[in-house]
Amino acid sequence: MSGHKESILREPLITGNDITFAKITDDILSPVENKPNKAWWIGFIVSALGACLWLFAVSYTFWNGIGSWGLNKTVGWAWDITGFVWWVGIGHAGTLISAVLLLFRQNWRNSINRSAEAMTIFAVICAATYVVSHMGRPWLAYWVLPLPNQFGSLWVNFNSPLVWDMFAISTYFSVSLLFWYTGLLPDIATIRDRAVGFRRRIYSVLSFGWTGNVKTWQRFEAVSLILAGIATPLVLSVHTIVSMDFATSVIPGWHTTIFPPYFVAGAIFSGFAMVQTLLLITRKVLGLENYITMFHIESMNKIILVTGSIVGVAYLTEFFIAYYSQVEYEQYTFMTRFTGPYWWAACMMYGCNILMTQLMWFKKVRTNIPLSWVLSIIVNIGMWFERFVIIVISLHRDYLPSSWAMFYPTWVDVAVFVGSIGLFFTLFLLFLRVMPSIAMAEVKLLLKTASEQSKMEQIKEGHVSKEYVAEYVDSLEKFDSVKQEQYAKL
Amino acid sequence: MGNIKYILGSFGDPDEMMHGIEKLQENNIKIHDVYTPMPIHGIEAKLGVKRSRLDIAAFFFGITGTITMLSFVYYAAAVDWPINIGGKPHFALPDFIPITFELTILFCAFGLVGSYYASSHMFPGRAPRVMDLRATDDRFVIAIDAAQNPEHSKIDNLLKEAGALEIKYNERKYVSYE
Repeated sequence: MSGHKESILREPLITGNDITFAKITDDILSPVENKPNKAWWIGFIVSALGACLWLFAVSYTFWNGIGSWGLNKTVGWAWDITGFVWWVGIGHAGTLISAVLLLFRQNWRNSINRSAEAMTIFAVICAATYVVSHMGRPWLAYWVLPLPNQFGSLWVNFNSPLVWDMFAISTYFSVSLLFWYTGLLPDIATIRDRAVGFRRRIYSVLSFGWTGNVKTWQRFEAVSLILAGIATPLVLSVHTIVSMDFATSVIPGWHTTIFPPYFVAGAIFSGFAMVQTLLLITRKVLGLENYITMFHIESMNKIILVTGSIVGVAYLTEFFIAYYSQVEYEQYTFMTRFTGPYWWAACMMYGCNILMTQLMWFKKVRTNIPLSWVLSIIVNIGMWFERFVIIVISLHRDYLPSSWAMFYPTWVDVAVFVGSIGLFFTLFLLFLRVMPSIAMAEVKLLLKTASEQSKMEQIKEGHVSKEYVAEYVDSLEKFDSVKQEQYAKL
Repeated sequence: MGNIKYILGSFGDPDEMMHGIEKLQENNIKIHDVYTPMPIHGIEAKLGVKRSRLDIAAFFFGITGTITMLSFVYYAAAVDWPINIGGKPHFALPDFIPITFELTILFCAFGLVGSYYASSHMFPGRAPRVMDLRATDDRFVIAIDAAQNPEHSKIDNLLKEAGALEIKYNERKYVSYE
């Protein structure tokens, strides 16, 4: 119950001295209920231009076929699948935050889960467009579905990982959407009850008639927990199956049993980096420093460090197995990463993902906002190159030296990729304007137990030992949203 | 007095609201429902709300997905149009585990959320039956049926003692029908 107080040894999840339930609502809804500021407009116009570019480039591909990309008969998969895996990977952090951290009772997820889940959905939309556009004849995309067709009842090949992938991605997208929307209902109801006129009508339809009575809340919590329970294996299965697109083939560099865990760790790694990229800016622009605190930023950086190191171990294992297997083709593929024409791509991959992430061991780095933001961008770049290296380097040296080739992207390749980033940010910025970017109901749950002011009260009551207080005040030093002066007199 | 449908005790603090529920129950006053902006843990036990059976439903939806996919794949790959793929058996079970798993999750999630919406009477466009507009914002509201509990001044005092910030006598059942 809310009467239970959390130990002051834990860092606060909400900072500030004058936070009330009403203030939480006001703060979080201010971007939804007011006109957007200049920063939002600039971001939106730039992203929308990107989204237009994406629309043009994808339409161009549909009209002219994938011959407009730089693919050749040796490198038959390149930026399209790189982009697909990159986006799906980014999506994984949202589910991880909303599902896995819920199962582990990590309360700090409450203030970041909503925007991370939104990010998941938009990232999966970007990924799905790659799948459709790389098919060549996208109007026949429904052929991947197990439908009895006009050629007799010949079914899809259920033994193929590409069919599994269709099942995995579509399940993942729809379950994430359900999870996200169900969680949004109480917050949409809050907007509805504060709005007037036409806005109220819209949010009323969207709120599904939410009232917040006892039974609805009780079921809501049961549903959240069960969805988290099933979304956790789901998110692991999705990237496992994505990795099987490669791992079940016989191409050296792809044919590795380590791929599933390696891909899943990489996905969480890149996803958290994208959450960091988005939230560090969002908290500043929307003034949410009291809810997304330095503790959240540092925790995310720690996860980036852990998953980045797991990815690092996977990289080393790949090289070791290539050596240990004594298969010369495997060994050649891995040597080519450094000695071949794509050595710079491999350097980007290993440098950005392993070396740069190791900086996170230092607390000064983890709690430095500009540096964290730059590192999160570096991780995103590194993870894009990881997929590029796996896909293109493994393909470009074919079985016959006469068919060895390089991949040169065309302007369409570049425009589809850059445009998909624009599309992603357009959707995210629109989301910030129409839906609360923080789960209000879940943050309110923390106010009486885990906020700075509740801990302050505990200290003032005087039942906590002096050492604990000293340690707690020490831990507050890194927070940019805490006023240190008020602790000086205690 | 005759037109009053519900008496609402509006609290600013969840602990005080819980105290209010206790007070009312000690005096044998039946509580119609409680509306809160966030889930209150422990309130179900206090109000005698039964445990939700959605988890059981979720399990059966999931199992339905498993059986559906396995039997469909068996029909498609081994009965309707068997194809020799790399000499594998027609019903190559390990290959079908990923898709069976995905369908299990899909059925479970949709079945679960569908039953949740159905059992809580939620669907797009449903008129919200709200008694106090601040119950989704910063107030914790106890609703008492005015006709069933005629001692209105006693209820009023009990709620005030427990710390209610405001007491409303709603003449309409729901304030949100406009």
